[in-house]
Amino acid sequence: MPTHPPLRRAAIAASIAIGSFAGAGTYTFINAEGLSYLSDDPAGCVNCHIMREQYDGWRHGSHHAVATCNDCHLPHDTHLHMLLVKASNGYHHSYAFTFQDFPEPIRIQPGNSQVLEANCRRCHEIAIGEITAHGTLGVPSDPVQQTDLFGCVRCHQSSGHGPTR
Amino acid sequence: MTPNESPPRRQTMRLVIVAVIAAGATVLVLLLNRNVMTRKAEALQTSFKVVELDEKTVDPAQWGKNFPRQYDGYLRTADKYSTKYGGAGSDGMPKSRLEEDPRLVAIFDGYAFAIDFNQRQGHAHMLGDQRTTRRVTERPQTGACLHCHASNTVAYRDLGLHNGAPGSLTDAFASDTAQAQLMAGFEVSCMMPYDEATKLVDHPVACIDCHDPQNMSLRVTKPGFLRGIQALAKSGEPLPHLPSIEHWRRSDRSKPYDANRDASRQELRSMVCGQCHVEYYCGAKATLFFPWDKGLKVEQIEQYYDEYKFPNGTPFTDWTHARTGAPVLKAQHPEFELWSQGIHARSGVSCADCHMPYRREGAIKISDHHVRSPLLDVARSCQTCHRFPEAELHARVATIQDRTKALMDRAEDALVQLIGDLESAKKNGAGAAALQPAQALQKKAQWRVDFVNAENSMGFHAPQEAARILGEAIDYARQGQLALRNGK
Repeated sequence: MPTHPPLRRAAIAASIAIGSFAGAGTYTFINAEGLSYLSDDPAGCVNCHIMREQYDGWRHGSHHAVATCNDCHLPHDTHLHMLLVKASNGYHHSYAFTFQDFPEPIRIQPGNSQVLEANCRRCHEIAIGEITAHGTLGVPSDPVQQTDLFGCVRCHQSSGHGPTR
Repeated sequence: MTPNESPPRRQTMRLVIVAVIAAGATVLVLLLNRNVMTRKAEALQTSFKVVELDEKTVDPAQWGKNFPRQYDGYLRTADKYSTKYGGAGSDGMPKSRLEEDPRLVAIFDGYAFAIDFNQRQGHAHMLGDQRTTRRVTERPQTGACLHCHASNTVAYRDLGLHNGAPGSLTDAFASDTAQAQLMAGFEVSCMMPYDEATKLVDHPVACIDCHDPQNMSLRVTKPGFLRGIQALAKSGEPLPHLPSIEHWRRSDRSKPYDANRDASRQELRSMVCGQCHVEYYCGAKATLFFPWDKGLKVEQIEQYYDEYKFPNGTPFTDWTHARTGAPVLKAQHPEFELWSQGIHARSGVSCADCHMPYRREGAIKISDHHVRSPLLDVARSCQTCHRFPEAELHARVATIQDRTKALMDRAEDALVQLIGDLESAKKNGAGAAALQPAQALQKKAQWRVDFVNAENSMGFHAPQEAARILGEAIDYARQGQLALRNGK
C-alpha cells in the first residue's frame, strides 16, 4: 500500500472502479449468455431470436442430423481462422442487434458465402470433386454480386435451412 | 516541484485516469446490460392481456389494447397508396375506373357498375365506400353486400338469435348452436334491404372475423366461405395447394369438410382472405353463394352458373346487357380462385406470406396487419424467397402485369366490337334466333374479360392462367362477330 495519502486514495478509487467494471462486465456477459456463443450448440445462435426462422428451418432440413451452424458457417482450415471469423461475425451481430440498424431480410455476406461454399465441399468433396474440378461452381449468378446465393446453395437452397415455406 | 514529490504525483494522476476510464467503461457495460434486458423482455412477452376478449367483442380498438402492434398495422389500411395497376391514389380522391377505361361503360351497360366503379382502397374503407357508392345509393341492393364489407360474425349470430336460432351469443363459435345462429342470421340479412341491414354493423372487417378471441388462432367465419369450401371439397377437382381437402377426401367423409377443424395454419393464412376475395353471387334472387361446386377455374364456375336455377326457376344471370339484350355475368374479385391456379399457391405460399409479411420490432416478430400490395414492401414480401435485388423483382412483376394488360386491352376491344356488331344487327331487325348464338358468345367473352379485370393482380396471381382466359375471351368475341356474319 503506498504511504503517500493522495496516491493511496487514487489507488483505492482505481481499484474500486476496475473492480466495478470487472463485476458489471461479468454480470452482463452472463446475463447475455455469453458462454453459449463459445459453444457449438445451435440454440445459442437463436438467443436473439433474429434467426429463429433459419433455426427452425435447419431443424426441419436434411442437414440437422449431421451439421450444426458452426459446421457450415465457420471455416475449418485452421483454428485461428475459425476464431477470427467467429469473432468478426459475433461483433457484427452484436452491434446490429444492439443498435437495431440492419436491413431485412437478412442476407449472408460475400465472405461468409465463401466459407459456406468451402464447407459444402469439405464434406462432399468425394462426391462432387469431379464436378467442381473445373471451377464451374462458386460463380455469382449476378455480376455485381448483389445476389448472395451462389455455388452449391444456389440450387440446394433447402438442404441447410429446410423448405423456405 | 521537488524531486521526491514527483513520482507519487505522477502515479496518482495515472491512477485517477485509470479510475475515470474504468468508471466510464462500467457505465457503458451497464447500458449494454440494460439493452440486453430490454431485448430479453421483448422476447418474453409478446402480448399484454389488458382487456378480456370474447365472442361478443367486435370493436377492433378493444382487441388493439391487447395487441397494439397488430392494431397499428390494421389502422394503417386507411392509408392511400397506388401502384401501377391498383390502389386509390395518394391524393385521397377515388379514381374512377370508368374514366380510365371508357370501354367498361359499354361492357357493363345496363348494370350498376356502368354508373360508378372506382379503384380499390384499403380495408379500412370497405364499409364507408360501400355505403356511399352510387351502385348502392341509386340502385336497390340487399344486405348480402355486407357479407364481405363489414364485420358481421356477431351481427349474424345476434340476428339469428332474434329469428329463432338456439343458444346464446356466449356459445363457442365452433358449437352447433353458434353455427346455427350464424347461418340463420346470414340467410335473413341477405333478404333485407341494404339500408336496413347496414344498421346492424359498425365496423369494416375486424379481428374477430379471422381470429379466435381466446387464443388468436386463425379461423374462418363468413357463411359463404364455410359453405363454398365444403362444396369445393366435395367436387372432384384436384386441389394440390389445399392438402387438407385432399386429405379429407381420402378419409371416410362421415363429417363434411370443416376448414376450422381440418385446415392447417398455412392454409388458413389464405382461407381467411378467401372469405371475401372470391367470386360469388350476392344479388336479391338467392342467398349469397360461392359457385365452387365444380371447381375454382373460370370455366368450372361458368358451367355451374349455366346449370344453376334461381329459387323462382329462372336461369342464372347477373344482368341483361342494355345494348345487346344478352343475359351476362359479372365477376366479383376472384383473387382466391386465380391464386389457386398459380405457381405461388402450388408452392405453398399463402396470401399472408406476401400481403402480410413478417416484420420485426425489437426481438418480436409479427405479421404485418397493414394488408396491402406486396409491391410496396418487396424486401419483406418477395426477397424472403427470391434472393434478387428489389429492382429486378419489380421488373419481373411489371413484365407480367404489362403483358396481361396488353392482352386484356385486346380482349376488351374485341368484346366492345362484338357488342357494337350485336347492337347494329339488332337495329337492322335481326330476330332473336339469329342473335342468340352471338349473345351466348358475348356472355362467355364478357365473363372471361371480367374475371381477369375484376381480379386484383393484373394477372400476377397466375400469369399463364390469366393469359389463357384472355385468349379464350378474344376467341369467343371474334367467334360472336363471325356468328352474326354467317347468320345473315
